[in-house]
Amino acid sequence: MPKWFLPLTGLCAVMFAASPFIIANADYEATMGLVQKIFYYHLPSAWIFLLSAIVCGIASARFLFRGSPRQDRLAYAAAELTVLFGAIVLVTGPLWARKAWGVWWQWDVRLTSSLMGWMVAWAYLLVRKYGGPGSDKLAAGLALFGMANVPFVYVSVNYWRTIHPATTVVPTLPVDMGLALWFSVACFLLLFVLLLRLRVHLEEQRARLDALYLSLDE
Amino acid sequence: MPARRSLGEGGFGRTAWLVLRKDLMVEVRSLEIAYTTLFFAISCVLFFAFALVKEGKAPEDGAAGILWIAIAFAGTLALGRTFERERQSETLRALLMAPADRPAIYVGKLLGIIALLSVAELVLVPLVAFLFQAPLLSHPFWLSAVLISGTVGFSAVGTLFSAMLVRARSRDVLLPVLLYPITVPVIIAGVRATAALLEPDVELSLVRFWVALLLALDVVFVTLALWTFEPLMTD
Repeated sequence: MPKWFLPLTGLCAVMFAASPFIIANADYEATMGLVQKIFYYHLPSAWIFLLSAIVCGIASARFLFRGSPRQDRLAYAAAELTVLFGAIVLVTGPLWARKAWGVWWQWDVRLTSSLMGWMVAWAYLLVRKYGGPGSDKLAAGLALFGMANVPFVYVSVNYWRTIHPATTVVPTLPVDMGLALWFSVACFLLLFVLLLRLRVHLEEQRARLDALYLSLDE
Repeated sequence: MPARRSLGEGGFGRTAWLVLRKDLMVEVRSLEIAYTTLFFAISCVLFFAFALVKEGKAPEDGAAGILWIAIAFAGTLALGRTFERERQSETLRALLMAPADRPAIYVGKLLGIIALLSVAELVLVPLVAFLFQAPLLSHPFWLSAVLISGTVGFSAVGTLFSAMLVRARSRDVLLPVLLYPITVPVIIAGVRATAALLEPDVELSLVRFWVALLLALDVVFVTLALWTFEPLMTD
């Protein structure tokens, strides 16, 4: 593991421990009050969910066209993190929706397309696990289509009449809410980088083990 | 990597046509996939009808949804069967060893799947219109536009994934797992467009919007598939 890993893990833990206080200090939102504050975890995890899908897609493209096994390990790790952060979004979202909209779920375009993007990430993991030999390339192909879905998920809410807030909300936030938001984004981004590095490291160890086993057989 | 020679003049088009003609000829001889897929699609429609009909009447938007679900399920079956046939005779490997453009092979197989699904739709549309008293045939041009663009989108992704899965384990169950999440936008757009066409006073601008979305999805999917077919089919 690189030298920066442990110190940054410590920093991440401290930032997450501090985040509830920073979030509590931000202003209350006009209509929703305390309930709105789940936004400070919901939005960053959504951004990391989309970012992770993009990382997976780019790594998969590089794996498909250059054949680099390192990119394949990166894609696998990114797909797992897409599932993880997607799960966080899909849990915090309905928790907020129940209070804000009165329903746990709505089939509007943002929610539907996010759910589908999440299922693509699950499908990636299923293919890697059960697809047998050659499943790394199959999954890479799937990841490319999943990446094509990401701009649609982000932009859809601006062009359809949906119950989900549009992308114009974030640039127009008041300063203290903006500060809390960007602090949370920094927390989640750091967490993403650390988890990605850790997961890739695990895959590298596995690959090294496999190579050792193979060299034993010779 | 050996240079790809095209098969004579007009290499890409000719290769695609040869692959398509081969598939059609093989299919026409036995009609096995056509009949079984058609029968499955009809059973699908009937199943949904029985499940959703209340007091002898089907739900409001039922016809559009049921039509597209039948197309999706029948399409999945047809894709699986077509490539299973390729796998059993090892013809896919032979195709890939031929000195032909890989994307052209993909296009040939894609056109074959589209032809098969179109035949199924030719039967399904009147059947759904009849069973659900839905005026599906009132705007034939727009309905054809919706059906063709939706079928192309679904088949583009389906052909790519089925070809990829030919040598994988658990390929039968993995095809829906891979295909359905990606083609959800196509199905949603198809259903919304068809439902808009079934309204008593049709809003053509809405139908045009969904068809435009379907065409955009087709372009994205076919482009991605053409781009990735070669590396995905190479060992």
